[in-house]
Amino acid sequence: MKEETGDETVLDVLERRGLTRRAFLQVCAAVTSALALSPAEAARITQVLASKPRPTVIYLSYQECTGCLESLTRSFSPGIASLIFNDISLAFNDTLQAAAGEAAEEAKDSAMKKAWGKYVLIVDGAVPLAENGAYCTVAGRSAVSDLRHAASGAAAVVAVGTCASFGGLPYAAPNPTGAVPVSEIVRDRPIINVSGCPPIAEVITGVIIYYTTFGLPALDRLHRPMSFYGNSIHDRCYRRPFYDRGMFAKTFDDEGARQGWCLYELGCKGPVTHNACPTMKWNGGTSYPIESGHPCLGCSEPDFWDKGGFYRPLSVPTGHWSRAGVMGAAAAAGVVAGLGAAVAARVRQDRTHKPDAGGDTNQKTPKS
Amino acid sequence: MSGASLLTFARGPAFEVALAMLIFGMVWRLVGILALRRSRDYSEGRKTAGWVSGLRVIFSRSWPQAEFRERVLHWDIVSYLFHLGYAVAILGYLPHILLIRNLTGLRWPGLPGGAIAFAAGIAAASLLALLGHRLTSPVLRKLSNFDDYFSWFIAFVPLITGLMAYYNIGDSYQMVLGLHILSGDILFAWLPFGKLMHVILFAFSRGKTGAVYGRRGAAI
Repeated sequence: MKEETGDETVLDVLERRGLTRRAFLQVCAAVTSALALSPAEAARITQVLASKPRPTVIYLSYQECTGCLESLTRSFSPGIASLIFNDISLAFNDTLQAAAGEAAEEAKDSAMKKAWGKYVLIVDGAVPLAENGAYCTVAGRSAVSDLRHAASGAAAVVAVGTCASFGGLPYAAPNPTGAVPVSEIVRDRPIINVSGCPPIAEVITGVIIYYTTFGLPALDRLHRPMSFYGNSIHDRCYRRPFYDRGMFAKTFDDEGARQGWCLYELGCKGPVTHNACPTMKWNGGTSYPIESGHPCLGCSEPDFWDKGGFYRPLSVPTGHWSRAGVMGAAAAAGVVAGLGAAVAARVRQDRTHKPDAGGDTNQKTPKS
Repeated sequence: MSGASLLTFARGPAFEVALAMLIFGMVWRLVGILALRRSRDYSEGRKTAGWVSGLRVIFSRSWPQAEFRERVLHWDIVSYLFHLGYAVAILGYLPHILLIRNLTGLRWPGLPGGAIAFAAGIAAASLLALLGHRLTSPVLRKLSNFDDYFSWFIAFVPLITGLMAYYNIGDSYQMVLGLHILSGDILFAWLPFGKLMHVILFAFSRGKTGAVYGRRGAAI
């Protein structure tokens, strides 16, 4: 009955699937742990998931590579992933669902209609605006109009991945499709940016669970949840002591690299990148790029494709112009200006006094 | 402007423009000075090799003369602390070394971050003390103009923003780092056009003075 009316809670779903209350409590504890919340919050999560109707989640994909969804489906927290896919109502995801074509569109419209004004809209990918949005269409409708329509019925929008959050690769210069992030189209709904290329699976699921349980999390100025994006990679990096001691790998296979020294010189963008990689890590907490010996690319920051090269150290100029050309032209102009100034000074000297034959030409005429 | 776009701007076009201004200004001033007409000295030289005195004076004027030592020695020490601290912070910190390597191909080992922060702190404190001295000394105040204060400011800001970036002070690291690099760009651009050009010209002015007076037999 509850299932039909849409009042079914997560606990109801779990009980219907034969899970005990103890198993439910274990899931809540796992969620609390993954979100790094205090034990007291576990009780609140339990209470909310047991009493509130389960939220509807609609997942839309536009200009993206499906890497974010790949990351999400490979979450190493099965309790949370199961919560998302089975217990929270993932009403529409065109990549995961079996339905296709008109049936899929009908499923989406029906799910949106049923939960209009209440569902969580997850958007994956940037949205092209050039040529009236013709570069990305879904069921004959442009992505921009599809997103506007879906967002108008959403309680909140979660932009998953750097493409949806900041434009990402489609937004990179010269941006031929006129791609923009979700925040440039949806302005009247709360937006949570879960950036990363892709974001860490547990971060995606953690944010969804947090929102459905507690509402909007605390966000930074780029609308990213502070709990996952509050610190820079550099701040939490296990190689930080080597940075402080001035010990740097100079190439990918030198002694410093083998000893695990800091990768700043190899272009690491950790100091200006905010993400949870060093703490949450990837593949079930196995490692993260820096731990695997590769500098951070800064993928969770805006415009990370256009910041002058992944392997160029942060302190080095991005160098879009020809260095030799700039220096050569400046030096040549300097020589011309210097010679001109010297000639002007000599002419002025000659004019201001009469030089005696063999006299000191620097001797100025005394002023009366 | 966000911190990220400021950083991109400071590392990109701002740096290129600053570098062009630095090179243009330095070449302009050096060529302009070196191509000036030389005055003729009609007296017979007491020494034939005046340039030896010139070279000696470049170094001997780096320490106060005995007559003035008691009065100015402590300010000379503060000034040395600033210059040494500044040099260590610029030339010893790996991110700066990487910039120099990018421009010139030269590189050398860096120092630990703590040593750099200490040197930069000493330089900043010395700069503040020197400004206080300039403001409280009636003679210095009379001698000072806009160039002196602006050059002080331009030298001080990169130090403070660099320390802020190192200690992660400020709301946005990217903004602080962007301001630090931009202040460095402005320092580059301004250097040849004001009194900061003494980093190059001090050797020329001392050398010329030493050579002229050395040739005339002055004890210098």
